[in-house]
Amino acid sequence: MPPRRSFPPLLWIPAGVGLALLVLPLVGLVVRAPWGQLPALLSQSSVALALGLSIATSLISTVIALVLGVPLALVLARSYDWPAIPRRLIRALVTVPLVLPPVVGGVALLLLLGRRGLIGQFLPFQIPFTPAAVVIAQVFVAMPFLVLSVEGALRAVDTRYEVAAATLGASRFTIFRRITLPLVAPGIAAGALLCFTRALGEFGATITFAGSFPGRTQTLPIATYLQLQTDPDAAIALSLVLMLVSVVVLVSLRDRWVPGVTA
Amino acid sequence: MRLLAALLLLALAGCSGPSPTPSTTDFDPVSPLSGEVTVFAAASLTETFERIARVFMQENPDVTVTLSFGGSSGLATQIAEGAPADVFAAASPTTMQASGATGAQNFATNVLEIAVPAGNEAGVTGLDDFANADLAIALCAVEVPCGAASDTLFKQKAITPSVDTYEQDVRAVLTKVELGEVDAGLVYSTDVEAAAGAVQGIEVDSAAVDYPIAQLTDNEAAAAFIAFVLSEKGQKMLAAAGFGAAA
Repeated sequence: MPPRRSFPPLLWIPAGVGLALLVLPLVGLVVRAPWGQLPALLSQSSVALALGLSIATSLISTVIALVLGVPLALVLARSYDWPAIPRRLIRALVTVPLVLPPVVGGVALLLLLGRRGLIGQFLPFQIPFTPAAVVIAQVFVAMPFLVLSVEGALRAVDTRYEVAAATLGASRFTIFRRITLPLVAPGIAAGALLCFTRALGEFGATITFAGSFPGRTQTLPIATYLQLQTDPDAAIALSLVLMLVSVVVLVSLRDRWVPGVTA
Repeated sequence: MRLLAALLLLALAGCSGPSPTPSTTDFDPVSPLSGEVTVFAAASLTETFERIARVFMQENPDVTVTLSFGGSSGLATQIAEGAPADVFAAASPTTMQASGATGAQNFATNVLEIAVPAGNEAGVTGLDDFANADLAIALCAVEVPCGAASDTLFKQKAITPSVDTYEQDVRAVLTKVELGEVDAGLVYSTDVEAAAGAVQGIEVDSAAVDYPIAQLTDNEAAAAFIAFVLSEKGQKMLAAAGFGAAA
């Protein structure tokens, strides 16, 4: 139990307003929800199709982000002895998708992997408008969350365990597998969950790069957006589902999603 | 999150809502107009309404026209939720109705047209090619007017299109064609006109759709803007962009 820290009472005011700004819109959603018609609205086959696609693609995206992102986080965490310019550049590049408008990310992906794209023009198969495009867009937008989360955990690891293992003759890969990975496992789990929820909510890059086709590329956020055009009640119902999944995942993280406090 | 942000914006917009300016019964057409007009217009009207607003503001220097473009259905939802718009120009009577606006008048018509990337590498010749599963095809989502019109057209012709993506508005379809990501898309003939050079058009035999315009608030400048759209000058600019005259 950490000692109680003092908290200036005046700060309750901006903190409260801040919390209200974040929470009240969601309250509005819950209040406006057409609870009576909810079962009918959510039992439409199109909802199951979009939810299934969203969860499947987000899971695949998270696995890919784990395979690629954990090593990338390791590179970032161990880059302290690099020259400043490449070190800062690589960190900035990893962070860019976090701050880039997702639609811009989608256009960028089209220009790279589209039929006339830098790489896409040489590919014998088409990527846009396929579930693969949904996954690529999600990885692009969500992987930085995992990388930064894992990197924070890695920086907080006590390196003496690794040094000790090395003096006992363990190879570098064995140290990574047996010492480093288990030490940052909570950070990886938190990063993966954050990455999954971000992928689940992905909209802009997906609709731009992957388009929208029911059952193939139309994820739950896109279905929600299209429903909002004609049937706001159905859109609100879909929003509730998305919100519920996200809240459940984030609550299961407890306090562990802040980079650095995990280890 | 994007949706939540949109809903938050809508909620905020609802709070500050449109405050109807008191109506002046002794309307004096000679007195210079002033004030602000917010116009919500269908995505397909983008270039034309930008041009019309520019000329209108030149003629009425004290009036500021703010334009907001998007899929008509989305705009209608925003208006129904209390978005502060003075004028709504929709791409279909259905969406106009959904906005809750009354007293709408038709000001233009539009027809569907096939858009293919410049060069038409896939050799698209007509609507029949939309059934070809080897081609990449973009249509508007059936939730927005151009999608509803496309759906009706394909049903009429008894063609089942092999669609790769249903886009959120007509301009998104156009973008996919311009980028060459699809071999063909169904848009309005005015969109083909607007993207001349980047896309080629192939005319189809389809019924014209009406574009209605309505005044939403008791705003003199808004009435003047609508009158300008319906005037000979406004109609000429619409015709130049490829719109048909309202019946």
